[in-house]
Amino acid sequence: MILSINIVENNMLNMLLIAAIYLGIFSVAGLFLVLLERKVAAWFQLRLGPNRVGPWGLLQTMADALKLVSKELTGTVKADKFLYNLAPYFVIISSLMALAVFPFTQEFQAFDINIGIFFLIAISSIGVIGILLGGWASNNKFALIGAMRSGVQTISYELSVGLSLVTMVLLTGTLQLSEIIEVQKNGWLIVQGHIPAIIAFMIYMIAGTAETNRAPFDMVEAESELGAGFHTEYSGMKFAYFFLAEFINMFIIAAIAATVFFGGWLEPAWLTPLGIAEVFPAIGVFWFLGKTFALVFLMMWFRWTFPRLRVDQLLTLEWKYLLPLNLLNIVLMALIVWLGLTIQI
Amino acid sequence: MSYFGDIYKGIKTLLTGMSVTGKVFLNNKNNSITQQYPDNRETLKMFNRFRGEVVMPHNEKNEHTCTGCQKCEIACPNGSIEIIWDRQIDPESGKKKKMIDQHIYHLGMCTMCGLCIEACPTDAILWAQNYENSVYDRSALTKVLNQPGSKIMPGVED
Repeated sequence: MILSINIVENNMLNMLLIAAIYLGIFSVAGLFLVLLERKVAAWFQLRLGPNRVGPWGLLQTMADALKLVSKELTGTVKADKFLYNLAPYFVIISSLMALAVFPFTQEFQAFDINIGIFFLIAISSIGVIGILLGGWASNNKFALIGAMRSGVQTISYELSVGLSLVTMVLLTGTLQLSEIIEVQKNGWLIVQGHIPAIIAFMIYMIAGTAETNRAPFDMVEAESELGAGFHTEYSGMKFAYFFLAEFINMFIIAAIAATVFFGGWLEPAWLTPLGIAEVFPAIGVFWFLGKTFALVFLMMWFRWTFPRLRVDQLLTLEWKYLLPLNLLNIVLMALIVWLGLTIQI
Repeated sequence: MSYFGDIYKGIKTLLTGMSVTGKVFLNNKNNSITQQYPDNRETLKMFNRFRGEVVMPHNEKNEHTCTGCQKCEIACPNGSIEIIWDRQIDPESGKKKKMIDQHIYHLGMCTMCGLCIEACPTDAILWAQNYENSVYDRSALTKVLNQPGSKIMPGVED
């Protein structure tokens, strides 16, 4: 009896400890993603970017976060107070929850659930409820338009994200993220699945960019049209939650792509004979984060290259191009798996 | 089959755009256009067309080329230029002639439109390239452009 209580207490303690570690790491990582975005944006636009606070401006976003924490939380008089205050938590909690299932290395995974991919897709669609709540409860026309656009956009593009991941699940035969990586020891899935995998990857990156509401699909915020879109009426830390959630979502989309298409924490195949991973398994974190940040950079590249789509162009792109192509692609992938045409290293 | 043609063209143009920005990203160290202003104020040079403030250049004999025709004063849309003039006897020809006493320029009101400089028939006023124009007292923004004791350069009115 005493023993069982001890185990329960230990589990609770473990849970809290892991939660604290994840929260700590990812709130700081989110801040540095913001800094990375600003630096990359500056380099794309022939500027220097933040370079005053700390060496090379490294502490700029830390200072911004401190400023936001110390600011007053304002709101509109006619806002629906309860929903208005609830919205930022929906957004930030859903994006932090998704982080739990990623395998950073073989050992470092908080929650190895057997429906990992399904869990990720489900959790990432909860975030849009927060955006809709925030836009509706703010009682502001710009916020409402932004939130409604977000609803349209996320509901449409979720299909493409889901279907492009289902295409890859045909190859792996499992939804569990650790097993998906296990399958990739015979070659990354983008190599194993060759043509349909590459098509699925392209569709996933387009739809994933739209999922995170980033340019060129940033009609939710659309600074030049809507002020700040759904978070027009938010200030201080509540605004920072939305902002942080956007960047963590970008990390999540890139991390899913790295796990499903590029082998997660597995090192490139030509490095396996050196046996570094066997001596020092924690090197997996390096490979995982390296792949993820390469994909994050790709999304930043999109942002600073392409102009924003109109809302009808956005829906045309999804319903007339991505979705039919995706369905064709699934059939193609099924044929390839059935006929055994995959490339195994 | 323009459907697949459109997809092909779309992807091609997107990749063209990405290659352009990618090249800029890789080359940005060499030609970053940011001026680190307070740090480089010794070496910073403004470009020729920069509109700092209106000045009246004088030569080494303290002579300018302003005839006092007041075209700049008429051209100015908000009255930033006032010319106080007088009829005096010209020492060379002995005739009575219009001469400027003070060419007053209110920098605080000036919108830098440049109409006065376009209007000037003798190029007596020009744009200066200075840019640190803030002062502690706004009366310092009212400037007399012709230097004390200056006179018109001989031959300008011929």
